[in-house]
Amino acid sequence: MDSGLGWWGVPIAVLGGALRVSTPFLFVSLGECLTEKSGRINLGLEGVLVMGAMSGYAISYTTGNPWLGVLAAGFAGLLLGVLHALVCNLPRVNDIAVGIGLMLFGTGVAFFLGKPYVQPKAPTLPAIPLGGWSDSPQIQAALQINVLFVLGLALALLLHWAFRNTRWGMVVRMAGDSADAAKAMGYSVSGIRLAATAGGSFLAGIGGAFLSLYYPGSWNEGLSSGQGLMAVALVIFARWRPLACFWAALLFGGAAALGPALQSVGITSGYYLFNATPYVLTLAIMVVTCSPKRTLSGAPGELSVTR
Amino acid sequence: MTLLPGAIPPPHGALEVQMVGITKRFGAFTALDDVSLHVRPGSFHALLGENGAGKSTLVKCLVGYHPPDQGQILVGGREHDIRTPHDAHALGVGMVYQHFTLVPSMTVAENLVMARDAVPGIIRWREERERLHAFLKTVPFKLELDAPVSSLAAGEKQKVEIVKLLYLQRRFMILDEPTSVLTPQEANEMLGMLRDMVREGRISVLVITHKFREVMAFADRVSVLRRGRLAGEGEVADLDPERLAEMMIGRREAGATPTRRIAGNGKGDVKLAIRGLTVNDDAGMKAVDVERLEVHGGEIVGIAGVSGNGQRQLVEALVGQRPREGGEVHVHGEPFAARRSEMRRHRVFALPEEPLRNACVPGLSVAENMALRRFDRAPLSRGSWVNWGTLRREAVRLIGEYQVKTRGPLAPIRTLSGGNVQRAVLARELSEEVSVLIVANPVFGLDFAAVADIHDRILAARDRGAAVLLVSEDLDELLELSDRIVVMFDGHLVHETPIDAVDTGVIGRAMAGHVSASAH
Ligand SMILES: Nc1ncnc2c1ncn2[C@@H]1O[C@H](COP(=O)(O)OP(=O)(O)OP(=O)(O)O)[C@@H](O)[C@H]1O
Ligand SMILES: [Mg+2]
Repeated sequence: MDSGLGWWGVPIAVLGGALRVSTPFLFVSLGECLTEKSGRINLGLEGVLVMGAMSGYAISYTTGNPWLGVLAAGFAGLLLGVLHALVCNLPRVNDIAVGIGLMLFGTGVAFFLGKPYVQPKAPTLPAIPLGGWSDSPQIQAALQINVLFVLGLALALLLHWAFRNTRWGMVVRMAGDSADAAKAMGYSVSGIRLAATAGGSFLAGIGGAFLSLYYPGSWNEGLSSGQGLMAVALVIFARWRPLACFWAALLFGGAAALGPALQSVGITSGYYLFNATPYVLTLAIMVVTCSPKRTLSGAPGELSVTR
Repeated sequence: MTLLPGAIPPPHGALEVQMVGITKRFGAFTALDDVSLHVRPGSFHALLGENGAGKSTLVKCLVGYHPPDQGQILVGGREHDIRTPHDAHALGVGMVYQHFTLVPSMTVAENLVMARDAVPGIIRWREERERLHAFLKTVPFKLELDAPVSSLAAGEKQKVEIVKLLYLQRRFMILDEPTSVLTPQEANEMLGMLRDMVREGRISVLVITHKFREVMAFADRVSVLRRGRLAGEGEVADLDPERLAEMMIGRREAGATPTRRIAGNGKGDVKLAIRGLTVNDDAGMKAVDVERLEVHGGEIVGIAGVSGNGQRQLVEALVGQRPREGGEVHVHGEPFAARRSEMRRHRVFALPEEPLRNACVPGLSVAENMALRRFDRAPLSRGSWVNWGTLRREAVRLIGEYQVKTRGPLAPIRTLSGGNVQRAVLARELSEEVSVLIVANPVFGLDFAAVADIHDRILAARDRGAAVLLVSEDLDELLELSDRIVVMFDGHLVHETPIDAVDTGVIGRAMAGHVSASAH
């Protein structure tokens, strides 16, 4: 596995890995950010992610068009999101419990329906080669950028702008921060949350399509390794700011790529330990960023674990 | 009589509103029973009533927050079916709620813009800000447009609420106890401005208040509610405060005498001592810097000041809700960090402002909330088991003694009206022997009978030897209760005077930050 780059291979592989691995993190965290901004937590995005991965792969296989797969993944997510929102709109229903239920439901249904698609090979998403200027195959590999990644970045910028400068963005924030205020101004809080949860799940579904249609690029039951759940921590780390979600997703992607990158230069001893980096990072971030002096700044006021 | 249901009234000028035979039930509880109210166009109408009389419930029916079970609402002479606040807004009816409805994480500017009826899909902040600045020049309040609402004190939030209604150009304005957190000057200014607009025929105003002074000085007509029924109405010119009090509380003995202050029984030992205390606000700015303050047993020290000068942070730091940056607090000569064990040992009790938020668990029952101080000790618990029977009996006793109006001891405390939450918390805090009592705005939004009652209880605690620190934005209250008054401005204690030597002019100037050299 030797190449001209030697130890430089590690940061380059980490960078490449970050660009690739971060995309599902990015979509799920933007989706969760949108949902939580409206005052609801959707812990079911892990299930949505797996469901999106399965349906995206299945549609891509049957139609031969991976982009139709991406769309289908989004809509599968949207359906699950609507389900979550409808159940949560019932009185005295706890959104965290519903989220966990949805997570199990989504993965279960995906595994059940996805059985026939484990073997066949579906057409996958193309990449934009940005490394053409270099003759190093590693750099070329690292700079294979997927369109979805670019789309995710654009989406983060869009959300960032929309939360401050558009009516619906402000209304979502209002519902998330003070349901009473939103009600007093005549907005339907449950309607807003339904839309935000559905939209968020649509994005998470697309994140799932990336898993099955680009990287790793196949459908099997071990496809997701908890990205959907880690994205929830990521949103907290990002303080519910879409742009910060982008950087956080890159960071988590890089952390997840560390193990394979070290392996590529021959360090194999702590492989499983290095693969745990993202999880350790999640924990470390939560501990470091907690302050007893104030509540998490930026946290939507209606988010609560006890409601 | 309904000619054209749903027709929109003319687009300018004061609106007429009639509510006919309104009945509203919450479960088995009838909050409003066949109440009618007529606000003539271009009049300043006051709605008076005790805590829990149903005032807020009535106006919420009018603005579509919860539609009535029975009865009609006529706006501009035509019947309308007002189901949502949007319907009310479309008719030109707007309201300032008793519990604030600002979005805490948004700035003042964002709150004002989002309150508009038609918010554009994309908000051009440059234009909006120019418009806001121009508008703010026409109102007597100073607002910082970029401050997040969560950083504002109650008084400042109330101002934003009122400014919001003015900004929305409502033609019928409902204000639910708008002046509770304003200084008398601010209240006069605000009510005077509203009345001027009423005189010009631009708006009609319906104000809920407990303050007879405001009714007599500003209102044209008044309606009085008692226990969900209309107890009386009339032209203010034909009425006097005694008559109003009689309507409001019925045949109970009316007319509490306002001058019943008896001085504290001399000075006991220093019970509460503060030295060099500094406290930060949420943004990390220094909000409190108190060099030295001592409260003796058997005296009430009143802290006066315009809201937002560090009083809230001071109270929070004293009761353990906010970390201290520096300095010391001693109780009975021992360091006091507001731990539960210390509070219990030194018998320190507190009634913070906005008790529903600061001193209650809103979703728990009245009984549970009343037991928060003592549930883990005998007789309310044995070992690690709570004795629910005793807990409930104790709550029933306190509910009776403090006249808390609730559907029962098991009702969640957040379903109580504002004044009754206050009573419930006070009942809890005064149910044991008290050594140090810290009180903030204890009668915010209470009717006069409740005010007299709560004041009596605070005085009684003092007379039993408690050291009382009373923080209030109502100067009259401080003058009535305190043995010593200290003025807080910008986090500092800038003026101190014993009650016998009070000069309200000096206090007023100190509250505004003008301290004469001799005072200190
Ligand atoms: N959503 C609700 N559910 C159940 N009961 C309610 C609800 N809202 C109000 N009530 C009850 O209706 C009664 C009238 O309450 P309301 O808030 O109208 O009183 P109020 O006259 O405004 O009193 P205050 O001066 O204390 O604000 C109270 O006994 C209250 O407990
Ligand atoms: Mg009320």
